Amino acid sequence: MTELQTHAAEIAAQFSDHIDVETDEIEQRLDQVVSEYKIPIDEARRTVTNSLLDEADIDRDELGRGGAETVLVDEIDQDEQWVDVTVKVVDLWEPRSDSISQVGLVGDESGRIKFVAFETSELDELEEGASYKLGNVVTDEYQGDYSIKLNRTTTITELDEDVEVGDSTTTVDGALVDVQSGSGLIKRCPEEGCTRVLQNGRCSEHGEVDGEFDLRIKAVLDDGHEVQDVIFNREATEELTGIGLEDAKQQAQDALDTSVVADGIRTDILGRYYRVTGPTLGRYVLANEFEQLDSPTDTDAVLTKARSLQ
Amino acid sequence: MSQDDSVPTREVSQRAFAAEFNDASYTFKESDDDRAPVYALLPTGEKANRVFFVGTLTETDDVGEDNEYWQGRIVDPTGTFFVYAGQYQPEAASALRELEPPAYVSVVGKPRTYETDDGSITVSVRPESITTVDAATRDRWVAETAERTLDRIEAFDDEANEYARMAREQYGDDPSAYAETVASALESLDGEDSVPTDDTADAPADGNPQA
Repeated sequence: MTELQTHAAEIAAQFSDHIDVETDEIEQRLDQVVSEYKIPIDEARRTVTNSLLDEADIDRDELGRGGAETVLVDEIDQDEQWVDVTVKVVDLWEPRSDSISQVGLVGDESGRIKFVAFETSELDELEEGASYKLGNVVTDEYQGDYSIKLNRTTTITELDEDVEVGDSTTTVDGALVDVQSGSGLIKRCPEEGCTRVLQNGRCSEHGEVDGEFDLRIKAVLDDGHEVQDVIFNREATEELTGIGLEDAKQQAQDALDTSVVADGIRTDILGRYYRVTGPTLGRYVLANEFEQLDSPTDTDAVLTKARSLQ
Repeated sequence: MSQDDSVPTREVSQRAFAAEFNDASYTFKESDDDRAPVYALLPTGEKANRVFFVGTLTETDDVGEDNEYWQGRIVDPTGTFFVYAGQYQPEAASALRELEPPAYVSVVGKPRTYETDDGSITVSVRPESITTVDAATRDRWVAETAERTLDRIEAFDDEANEYARMAREQYGDDPSAYAETVASALESLDGEDSVPTDDTADAPADGNPQA
């Protein structure tokens, strides 16, 4: 599909509930303004869309799910949303029903999600390993698991670049070798939408504010090959250390110093081994799940190897 | 684990048994910058700016003259790590002051070397943190350190392994003795549950490796 065809198909999809207009016709109109009048494509879309609105005598607001929101697959958490995704086809499965043309897994940097395409939609087939921009797909939910459904209005654009498929979560093992500053009892900016951690009572964005207490741990896991920064939020900190926000405030009040909380946490967790699982955010893994690792399992194989290397 | 280049990468904590660590007397820098990290060269061919170990604290001693300067002896299945903490390592110093040996402890720290009057080089650790842990953590460290040490020995003959090449020049070209150390450390894990006693290693005589 050419770029123009893609735009034309997207416009056609927007109007599909209102008027009977062919993608070809829209493409011709787009082509005219783009080629003859040298208008940028975004502007051309606007022009063509407006003229179609005029002709059909409908309000822009009535246009269905035009400009569906572009999302990452792990952001999908609602049923029946119209979205755009940029994904790679990870796996194609055998359809179990004659009405289904294709079923499988697609993924982007945030994770993977099941997709279904139906025979009646008469869409181009997706190829395993290829990357696409899928416009106007519908989210579906079944027992808490989400999928996306391709439909008659879905636009499929094959991409030249390869979409990297990430795992939604990472698991790291290692010795907890450092608890960094900014851990323990902290204060966050109370401004709407701002959760910055205050430094000496000041928010870097909002200046001096009356902060709200929170608990967290920024720590370093080290397995002898690599280091990984991890963050335990309030809930995870409480589970890890048994110290709740109220206990922490009390400790700080008794000592007239918030740093006693971090000191206590250090004593509790430094030098132990942990396995932490969670999503990656920048250089951090957020500790959604964790466990302390204790005795090693079978060391016989290592012993055999040690003897062979002598 | 890619990191932004503008953020200095934290040095990994190497795992080595005391028997190998105490042989790591050669140190070097990789840049002329005064603040460039100093590395100890492990005889199995790896650079160590930081180490992590778990062992039994058997003895603590304030060896300072005017100021507190704490020495701790920490024993693993192969030998003894010596740690020294003074006023610039307040948390580690207070841990050594308050701990009652014997106790299992985890240590994160930096290798330090100093030359004694007779010209021999002594290797010790300047701790960043010392915490008490349980026997299971100790056992896990022994198993992990065994694996890491064998990994290094296996990579010792790789052409591209520049630290192995340095180790060959500094310490000789046969790391197999450390495989023996690994085997004996692993054997000690079987059915042993008592706190080991200190071995016969001697503490540095003047007790102050940073002087």
